[in-house]
Amino acid sequence: MTQWLVNVDWLEIGRACWDTLVMVGVSLFFAVLLGLPLGIALFLTGKRQLLEQPIVYAVLSFVVNLLRSVPFVILLIVMIPVTVVLVGTSLGVPGAIPPLVVGGAPLFARLVETALREVDRGIVEATQAMGATVPQIVFGALLPEALPGILAGVTVTSITLVSYAAMSGVIGGGGLGDLAIRFGYQRFQTDVMVITVALLVVLVQLLQMLGDRLVLRFSRR
Amino acid sequence: MIEFDGVRKTYRVRGQETLALEVERLTIERGEVFGIVGHSGAGKSTLLRLINLLERPSQGRVVVEGEDVTRLAPAQLRAFRRRIGMIFQHFNLLSSKTVAENVAFPLRIAGTESKAAIAARVEELLALVGLSEHAGKYPAQLSGGQKQRVGIARALACRPSILLSDEATSALDPQTTRSVLQLLSDINRRLGLTIVLVTHEMDAVRRVCDRVAVMDGGRVVETGPVSEVFLHPRHPTTREFVLESEHVDTSEFLENLRKAAGRVVRLTFKGEATYRPLLGEVVRRFGVDFSILAGRIDHIKNVPYGQLTLSLVGGDVEEALQALAGAGVDVEVLR
Repeated sequence: MTQWLVNVDWLEIGRACWDTLVMVGVSLFFAVLLGLPLGIALFLTGKRQLLEQPIVYAVLSFVVNLLRSVPFVILLIVMIPVTVVLVGTSLGVPGAIPPLVVGGAPLFARLVETALREVDRGIVEATQAMGATVPQIVFGALLPEALPGILAGVTVTSITLVSYAAMSGVIGGGGLGDLAIRFGYQRFQTDVMVITVALLVVLVQLLQMLGDRLVLRFSRR
Repeated sequence: MIEFDGVRKTYRVRGQETLALEVERLTIERGEVFGIVGHSGAGKSTLLRLINLLERPSQGRVVVEGEDVTRLAPAQLRAFRRRIGMIFQHFNLLSSKTVAENVAFPLRIAGTESKAAIAARVEELLALVGLSEHAGKYPAQLSGGQKQRVGIARALACRPSILLSDEATSALDPQTTRSVLQLLSDINRRLGLTIVLVTHEMDAVRRVCDRVAVMDGGRVVETGPVSEVFLHPRHPTTREFVLESEHVDTSEFLENLRKAAGRVVRLTFKGEATYRPLLGEVVRRFGVDFSILAGRIDHIKNVPYGQLTLSLVGGDVEEALQALAGAGVDVEVLR
């Protein structure tokens, strides 16, 4: 067993873990920051909704679909020039964050749109009947009612970002994925590969558990 | 006062214009409880939603308290809507907010009162609907009747002059329905609120309404005081509703009528006449025999009434009927 784990540098693993957490955490923050308003806009401009705008909806929807249909590996490479402008480098933890945000935000936006659509139309109608403005309807009624669904969306997005972050090792992104590729794959150090993958599995399980707890905590139905 | 004037509502379905509602003229007086009955799809909920413009008429005017609501600018419309409360079949409470927060919500939207004033108002409203001890609960923890009481408290929060009720008791069991209707009736009396009540249950109309409009196929087919419409329905749809509410099987009833001997009449006693032994007196005096084919003794709002369908045989039937009519009984000869 000790023979088998000979290649594993625990310090390196620890640092890679931390890097992955930073990448996922920071990109999740920005994906939610961008995806939430985008999701609200998708919902409001959609068919038979409060601010129905077929053209605006079609454009937003097209952009979201476009970003979601590009394989993340390709997005990583295509984004390099933009990333350099935004954070000064395309490498390491900072270099991975812009493509992660661009990969995560449209996914989260769709999940927000779906969660908002799940809210009973009657609640919107009742709030309208009270003389509420659209922002009052969105922030006072729709978002609080959709909160459990939105939290579930955050969970799904964070888990997707874990796997995307691992992929960013391909362009030298850092973190557990980088470790798995450089040592586990390129140097045939299977033990490093197994450990990193195991850690990713644990991370995903933890995120899902945390997400489920939060959803339950805010469900009042 | 609410007036509909030449109102039409049309929808475009697959390029085709379909007429959903057409109301030439309908007036709802201030302070009355006005019922709108009809089968599902008759257009009664659409008519109700025209009042606070949740639905916009394709043509015509809706005038509420002297204002043509179709001409209001968005900000005016929002201010106008605050003067109208609305309750719904499925309550439409916010599941993420407590009972107290739900009731406070319209006040927070209006943004005209301080936090302390809102809290005091919420307390007062919850006391009014008898839910003071449930203030901190979430809607999911309440029964259907309790949820509708929260809905009523919420609808009254901004002190509206009109309350719209869209099938508010249709999801409730009979006993709860009665208590919610009783509450609406109390509110109407104590606050002088105009209530417009949409329902498919004639029983609800009978209990609380002053006047009623019967709708069928997007049109108002009959309107009048509840006692009038109830006891002397003219339109076939109204008759159907009245019979349904009396749990009479229409075909069986007609079969009985056909088989009955002699003269068939319907007698309607209203108010005081209901409790006087008129019928006995008259049949003895004129030597008439009768058998009862159908009958009901009940209340319309607070007025007692009795309605009997009889077949009369022997003696002087004509004289007997005249005597009854003379004593204030409403006599209709059916055959």
